[in-house]
Amino acid sequence: MSALALTARGRAGASQWLGAALVAALVGAAMLSLVWTPYPPGAIDVPHKLLSPSPAHWLGTDDLGRDVASEILAGARVSILVGVIAVGIGVAFGVALGLVAAAAKGLVEDAIMKLCDFTFAFPALLSAIMLTATYGPGVVNAIIAIGVYNVPIFAKLTRATANGVLAREFTLAARAAGRGPLAIAFDHVLPNIAPALIVQATIQFAVAILAEAALSYLGLGAQPPEASWGRMLSDAQGWMYVAPRLAVFPGLAVALSVLGLNLLGDGLRDALDPRLKARG
Amino acid sequence: MLAYTIQRLLVLAATLVFASLAVFGVLEILPGNAAMTMLGASATPEAVAALAHKLGLDQPLAARYWSWIAGALRGDFGLSYAYGSPIAPLIAQRLAVSAPLAVLSMAIAAAVALVAGVYAAERRGRAGDAAVMAASQIGLAVPNFWFAILLVLVFAVHWRLAPAGGFPGWDAGPWRALQALILPAIALGLVQAAILTRVTRSALLEALNEDFIRTARAKGLSRRAALWRHALPNAMAPILTIMGLQFANLIAGAIVVENVFVLPGLGRLIVQSIANRDALVVEDCVMLLAAFVIALNFVVDLACAAIDPRLRAGVS
Amino acid sequence: MLLEVSGLAIDLPSPAGARRVVHDVSFSLDAGDSLGVVGESGSGKTMTALALMGLLPDGARVSGAMRFEGQDLARLGEDAMRKLRGDRIAMIFQEPMSALNPLHRIGAQVAEPLMLHRAMSKGAAWTEAIRLLDRVRLRDPERIAHAYPFALSGGERQRAMIAMALSCGPDLIIADEPTTALDVTVQAKILDLLASLCVSSNMATLLVSHDLAVIARHCRRVLVMYGGTVMESGPADAVLRRARHPYTRALLEARPRPGAPRGERLRAIAGAAPSSASAPIGCPFAGRCPLTLDICRAQALPTVEFEAEHRVRCHRVDATGRLT
Repeated sequence: MSALALTARGRAGASQWLGAALVAALVGAAMLSLVWTPYPPGAIDVPHKLLSPSPAHWLGTDDLGRDVASEILAGARVSILVGVIAVGIGVAFGVALGLVAAAAKGLVEDAIMKLCDFTFAFPALLSAIMLTATYGPGVVNAIIAIGVYNVPIFAKLTRATANGVLAREFTLAARAAGRGPLAIAFDHVLPNIAPALIVQATIQFAVAILAEAALSYLGLGAQPPEASWGRMLSDAQGWMYVAPRLAVFPGLAVALSVLGLNLLGDGLRDALDPRLKARG
Repeated sequence: MLAYTIQRLLVLAATLVFASLAVFGVLEILPGNAAMTMLGASATPEAVAALAHKLGLDQPLAARYWSWIAGALRGDFGLSYAYGSPIAPLIAQRLAVSAPLAVLSMAIAAAVALVAGVYAAERRGRAGDAAVMAASQIGLAVPNFWFAILLVLVFAVHWRLAPAGGFPGWDAGPWRALQALILPAIALGLVQAAILTRVTRSALLEALNEDFIRTARAKGLSRRAALWRHALPNAMAPILTIMGLQFANLIAGAIVVENVFVLPGLGRLIVQSIANRDALVVEDCVMLLAAFVIALNFVVDLACAAIDPRLRAGVS
Repeated sequence: MLLEVSGLAIDLPSPAGARRVVHDVSFSLDAGDSLGVVGESGSGKTMTALALMGLLPDGARVSGAMRFEGQDLARLGEDAMRKLRGDRIAMIFQEPMSALNPLHRIGAQVAEPLMLHRAMSKGAAWTEAIRLLDRVRLRDPERIAHAYPFALSGGERQRAMIAMALSCGPDLIIADEPTTALDVTVQAKILDLLASLCVSSNMATLLVSHDLAVIARHCRRVLVMYGGTVMESGPADAVLRRARHPYTRALLEARPRPGAPRGERLRAIAGAAPSSASAPIGCPFAGRCPLTLDICRAQALPTVEFEAEHRVRCHRVDATGRLT
């Protein structure tokens, strides 16, 4: 059984590293695209449309002659942008809300948590659609919608973990010593909930990328000429009978990014707090 | 059981009211005149005012909310701005496609999850378990609309086994109609299957760790019999709960998948209405979907209570 | 001889390799007889009981022989073991709340072995289950049969477990700390019930407990275990009144004495029980025992039978039972 235990851990380690590598590739692609891409993204070159992969165009060209490889690299930018800001909104407001709930206790806490539960009936995509219906499509609205969707998730997580921390002795001691709630929050609660938050943030990042891709696919996300994997997929659909490979690469990019983030999140969970595994 | 049902019904009603307020709030109260959105920024103020009056947008908020809700309860969902016809039959038509699609894909997902989850739990720590977990990781990462496109590429374009899109209508015969729904249902069900497989596996592993499993084996039951007869019923509550919660995501996924397969369902109606600036249709559809999700979770709560006598008695 | 265990050894898998938790345990049990196995946690008593049922954790290895009604349980395959479990050998566990499936009615759980081993129909098994619940002296057995575990008290649940174990009329009942989780007032009643049922059905009992008093009152013979090894064994009153092993004597002295003056401290045994046996050659009690000598760590333990059936394993006790 010892051999099995070791290989199980080894396998977990391998998937973590794979996740980290994929995420690094995602970030690297986005950053690289800021300074260099094989061709300028969005550069239309109709005479060279629908070319197969070749040394000149590594992944071929699309129906407007744009270089697929460049579009993919640039698409990483939008994915990361949406992920970072949407998760950032979720963390900033969600953690604050969760801390308030945990500190307030009683009816306030229950009311906040009920409100959070209630928003889960509206998945990110639905809320995003509602928002874009009112305000029009675009990356900004997509980010706001996905971000707002993240708030209750982080609020619930923060409250649950904060309650556990607040019940432990050292915070009782801090309170007895007269430390104010804000100080306690920063000194004691936040460092203890950080691991759970980091893990959840990684996972929500993946969710954000999927949601953005879906929105862009529907035409409600990033608008042209901004490159977006979701929109590339929607464009590719029209050319399925002629150039099926156009549908493969953008989707693969999304899948690999999400996979990487999920694996990384699982790995972080194991590394930062094995006990979280039981809860997750 | 009766007391529990009544309690859950009250929660259901309250949640529905909140949901309607939320939907109404987002789409009506927030800044952005619907009439202006519909006509576009270049419209004259008189045209905007005329349309606003025609749509009843200049009425007080409470009155608008009330007439919307009262109408919906009567079955009158208002008139579609783009189609110029009553919304209710329009929605009913689309539901005839979306509802079977959702049910079919959840059924596929549940079946896959049950088989794969039990398989993984039985072989915990061994190669079979690792394979299932790896497959579910991939299933979680693949966007359902991409998977849908790939399915179309393989089964419709390459092998010509299934239609690439469109819906012939139930009048063309149930089998032909179902054929059009199979690929979409598989595409939708993939993510759900991945999530449910993991939940099934972990719920089963927890149940298998309980003492009553040892008692069951001490009575002479085989490992397999103990799993199916004792562990699985105890694992059902978390599995059903997650299934209920996931339905909201399933519906959201359906919106996109319907677009891939050009299915005349509720999802496509929503997207088209956004393009058409048909705010009332969007409002009605979103409310309907939210109401359905809330009602479904109510049903799940009842199902869990039916399984677990402790819930019925109010014992934790 | 109903059950004859000789040289039983159990190895459990651990991160550091196989760990021997039971060394060279031998005992025998006649039909209708009662044997108590007493020891601290970690003494290997529960593992011994689980080994008889074939319910050791995955990866465990058993050596030695456990002959039951002519078959060696150690060599039986899983299919054959399954036929015995619940039918010829039954077991009751410590925590009746968690040992019962919270989603099944009591009647169904008691009826399950009957449907499994006797191929009874659901109706017939249910009727028989009610009869069994009555036999374990539960009031209103019909109501109990329809009830779920959460609605019963601890004592009622344990009685139901006993009914479950009795259902097929086994030849051997193993009870692992059956009353430890129960109120003191209920403990005696449950044990008395168990004893009387065993007598009336001529069932052999193997009672595992850390409580020497419990064992002494309800078992005809006693096995004292420490660190996975049998330290002393024999008729209950002989072991109690003429205990020879330093560990047994320490256990006896550690009991609270009824007439003792208030505030008198309990005599605890200094040191801690071995958490993992690193395959000591000598006595596992060496070091913690006040009579330890070098030979205790160096040489394997002898077995000395110094009066009828009363055996002791100690380097410091000679063949006549005297301390050397």
